[in-house]
Amino acid sequence: MSDAAWLNVVLFLPVLGTALLLFVPATRESAIRTLTLVAMAAQLVVTGFLYAAFDPATPGLQFATRLPWIPAWGVTYTIGLDGYNVLLVLLTAFLGPLVVAGAFTAVRRDVKLFYCMVLLIQFAMMGAFVAQDLFLFYLFWEAMMIPMFVIIGIWGGERRIYATFKFVLYTAFGSILMLAAMIWLAWSLATPEGALSFAFTDLYQSRLPLSTQVLLLSAFGLSFAIKVPIVPLHTWLPDAHVEAPTAGSVILAGVLLKMGTYGFMKLGFPLFPDATMVLSPLLIALAVVSIVYGACLALVQDDIKKIIAYSSISHLGYVMLGLVCLDLVGVQGAVVQMVSHGLTAAGLFLMVGMIYERCHTRELAAYGGLAKVLPVYSLFFMLLTLASIGLPTTSGFTGEFMVLLGAGTAGWQQYSQGSSFLLASSAVAVTGVVLGAMYMLRFAQGFLFGGERVPHGPVLDLDLREKAILVAIVAAVFWLGLFPAEPLAKTELAAQEYRQLVTTSRLPGNAP
Amino acid sequence: MAHLLTWIVVLPLVGFVLNGLLGNRFGKSFVTVVGCGLPLAAFAAAMACVLDLIAGGAREPLVHVAYTWAVVGDRTFEVAFWLDRLAAVMVLIVTGVGSLIHIYSTGYMHEDRSYARYFAYLNLFLFFMLLLVLGRSLLVLFVGWEGVGLASYLLIGFWFEDAEKARAGKKAFVTNRIGDAGFLLGMFAVFWALGTLDMDKVNAAYMAGPPPAVAASVVGVLLFIGATGKSAQIPLYVWLPDAMAGPTPVSALIHAATMVTAGVYLVARMSGVYMHAEFASSVVAVIGVATAFFAATIAVVQNDIKKVLAYSTVSQLGLMFVAAGVGAYGVAIFHVYTHAFFKACLFLGAGSVIHALSGEQDIRRMGGLAKRIPVTFVTFAVATAAIAGIPPLAGFFSKDEILWYAFASGKGGSPLLWAVAAATALLTAFYMFRLLWLTFFGRSRMSHEVEHHVHESPLSMTAVLTILAALSAIGGFLALPHWLEMQLPLPPVPDALHHFEWPLLVVSVVIAASGLLGAWYFFGNDAARAQRVHAKGLHRLLSAKYYVDECYERWLGRPLVWVSDRLFLNVGDRMLLDGTLNGLARLAQRGAGVLSRIQTGSLHRYVLFVLAGSAVLLLWSIGRV
Repeated sequence: MSDAAWLNVVLFLPVLGTALLLFVPATRESAIRTLTLVAMAAQLVVTGFLYAAFDPATPGLQFATRLPWIPAWGVTYTIGLDGYNVLLVLLTAFLGPLVVAGAFTAVRRDVKLFYCMVLLIQFAMMGAFVAQDLFLFYLFWEAMMIPMFVIIGIWGGERRIYATFKFVLYTAFGSILMLAAMIWLAWSLATPEGALSFAFTDLYQSRLPLSTQVLLLSAFGLSFAIKVPIVPLHTWLPDAHVEAPTAGSVILAGVLLKMGTYGFMKLGFPLFPDATMVLSPLLIALAVVSIVYGACLALVQDDIKKIIAYSSISHLGYVMLGLVCLDLVGVQGAVVQMVSHGLTAAGLFLMVGMIYERCHTRELAAYGGLAKVLPVYSLFFMLLTLASIGLPTTSGFTGEFMVLLGAGTAGWQQYSQGSSFLLASSAVAVTGVVLGAMYMLRFAQGFLFGGERVPHGPVLDLDLREKAILVAIVAAVFWLGLFPAEPLAKTELAAQEYRQLVTTSRLPGNAP
Repeated sequence: MAHLLTWIVVLPLVGFVLNGLLGNRFGKSFVTVVGCGLPLAAFAAAMACVLDLIAGGAREPLVHVAYTWAVVGDRTFEVAFWLDRLAAVMVLIVTGVGSLIHIYSTGYMHEDRSYARYFAYLNLFLFFMLLLVLGRSLLVLFVGWEGVGLASYLLIGFWFEDAEKARAGKKAFVTNRIGDAGFLLGMFAVFWALGTLDMDKVNAAYMAGPPPAVAASVVGVLLFIGATGKSAQIPLYVWLPDAMAGPTPVSALIHAATMVTAGVYLVARMSGVYMHAEFASSVVAVIGVATAFFAATIAVVQNDIKKVLAYSTVSQLGLMFVAAGVGAYGVAIFHVYTHAFFKACLFLGAGSVIHALSGEQDIRRMGGLAKRIPVTFVTFAVATAAIAGIPPLAGFFSKDEILWYAFASGKGGSPLLWAVAAATALLTAFYMFRLLWLTFFGRSRMSHEVEHHVHESPLSMTAVLTILAALSAIGGFLALPHWLEMQLPLPPVPDALHHFEWPLLVVSVVIAASGLLGAWYFFGNDAARAQRVHAKGLHRLLSAKYYVDECYERWLGRPLVWVSDRLFLNVGDRMLLDGTLNGLARLAQRGAGVLSRIQTGSLHRYVLFVLAGSAVLLLWSIGRV
């Protein structure tokens, strides 16, 4: 089998898993769990090999497959790994088995349907990351919504219907805009003979007048911004998280939200560079507002899931800042921050799920002094809290530090040229570091320390399965914190290409 | 030899991992051996490195690149260790005093349930502190800087079942984070200007050649914001007194001898920048002297033995910054060094007292302990005399030099600066001897129960006290500023001022003596005269620590929560965003409701609609013709 085929294996393993699941009787729950876990684990193993084989010195796609699909519309099946998606693909594959294992005891109803949905959403997310054709990307992007809708709607909490509707309406609204923009974009690039192409590489050659660029970027951007989410398009997220079952929250925070920032990095900004430049003050402002606003709101939540939900908004604000500042260090930091947030938020949601299974409440005030009763649980919780705060040696630090350093560096350059906006914005973004410590420590403090309050206690500490899940996440967190050189090398060329694309004007009439 | 530098740092980390993972399983003696053995090994390694440095004339630093953390474009971030004279002093203090306090802890914490966790944290602290001290780049220093903050947080809240203690830990962490934000910006500013974070290169760039793009004072002030956090200076000092909630050996190691001096170390380490940052240096000196005096006034009325020492630490750190601010970096480090001995001795002595009194910390319920716990008393007295500046003890030398440069330095010294620093020295002698008197002399004010159990501490504790007291006594004879001068030159002194040197020295001694006499006058004879002093307003103001905590809470803490809760959450998220969304949804629903009413199923109605529609079309087409 050729190298490129292996990426198809990664992509379609969850589909294969789903197909096999269909033959397992719904009553054989442990067989269903095992089968899903095996499918996910196999996907991770193959992805691991691909990651290791990914050559940091080769620009462009690796392990690429290009097949014609709908020739009449110029749609192709093109997938491949590059510096943009390689870490996110690894993150997605890494979280897959953990999500499955994490749900072993939590999901007891309609087990078969549940794992089918988990496998399908894994397929859709993986597809959206590896797709190199806009049409294909759009299909996967839309496909993600359905299993998530089902997961929240069936296994969710009390207000799950409200939450699913909010989630779907928001995302569908964004999707329609993206669909319209996609068609417009393809049409405006059609050859005189009327041939269309959706391939990213062709789209990167586009030359559009500024007004069109702004319009299209707004359409794509709204769709991505809802996914990230960027303030003020974020109110679906806390509700979705609160109502979603643990697996849903983990997928949502771990991977789905990155779809938005990835969309900006791979499509939004490079496709419309001139519009990006025009809109960049707005984007910077929104990124910084997200950082501060999300952090402030996380500070006053009483529901532990909401704290993490709002902290996600704040953490993804850093990603946006790193992407928009266009400094190489900042862009690289944004990529690390995406992965780091995927790890820490997923870990924290898993841990919330673990405690919820034991104590049946998400009320922060109901807890206290867990460090004494559940020492192992508390240790992991503390580690993830610190990673979320961005303490050095954890992945959170690598991401935040590089984003802020990059944004500041770009801000300083602009300041020397007479504009102090980005510099001031970066300085404001640094306050997020303080606010982050405030809300996460308030959380950890109330949870772990003080007098002993354990609802529905006494409870048992983590079992082997739970420990294994958390050890994996914590190991990844420290890997990115202590030794980021190797992953950064793999994304460097893409980050450079991204900068190159966004900083080169592509108005019609300009010499290429 | 240079590769040994990495081992100095790694050894305590090994201790942390071993004790953290296996400590509870293998029992106390395992914890003790690992917990004390690895810091001692680090001390030995540090000694070997320093001797190697000296053997080479201590002109060239030992450098060891451990690994490359990240490469982005043409920028490289390395984890490298760097040992020069300044780092040599610090690394010996940290590993030396650190090891002593580890040994002391084996006695102090012997009964504690979480013995293994305690030593794991303490080793973790040493690891980060050594990163901080040995790091070559600001980035590595910052990793250590935040890391010691974490260890401090964990140890302040060590007895976390007590919500109050856990809260003190959080306060320390958050307050430090505010400073760290400044540090980050300072680090970024350096990077913008020079594209590197290696401190030797940064210093060299500011010392010679064309001035870098970012002014030295900008870097200096931003980094100093970080220092005000870690080293507890105005306005971020508020966490340190509360940090006394941690076990007393922790207060000695982290909140007196080592971590809190990191800010002073930072300024000295970046002296190349500060030497050319006149404005930033004056900020350092003014904040330093203000903090020194301010904290000393509070220390005078505190009744908790550890709180007195805590405010004293804040005050002494202020004096160190005075020296750094007037360009006498070597002198600041000299005081770091002497202070590490006598303040560690005082805290450990206080620990011994608390240990003897079954946990009592209020000096109003002590008294007459001199004969009951003689070793503790003698060592405590020596350290008190040292901090008060009684010659020829260690504190006298370092403090006298600070006062001298505060007066005479050609880089910002002034009589006013000297006067405030001298007043601080007077207060220091006064409150320290007050503490000594109330604790060890006079009649016993202990409860019968407590008095019954008074006992001298075990050898592990008294031996450490004795060593530290000895060092507090003779440590000043090591002419550290002179040895550091090659690396940290002393500021020039105008010729006209040289004849003030001896008179000021005499004044220093007089100040120390008057503090002693004043304390004896008021607090001798069972504090009879002190009770007759009527200054209720002042006393209340000082006891309430000038209401600074209350102000922060009222003007910073509560508004932040108010804005987040009322404005952002209720008005922003709930009213504006969700309100609009739900409104739109309701509108759509109602619109659909209205439209659905048309669909009645009545054939007459439908025909009517068709006719009306045709009529409108007809009229419209006629109008067009």
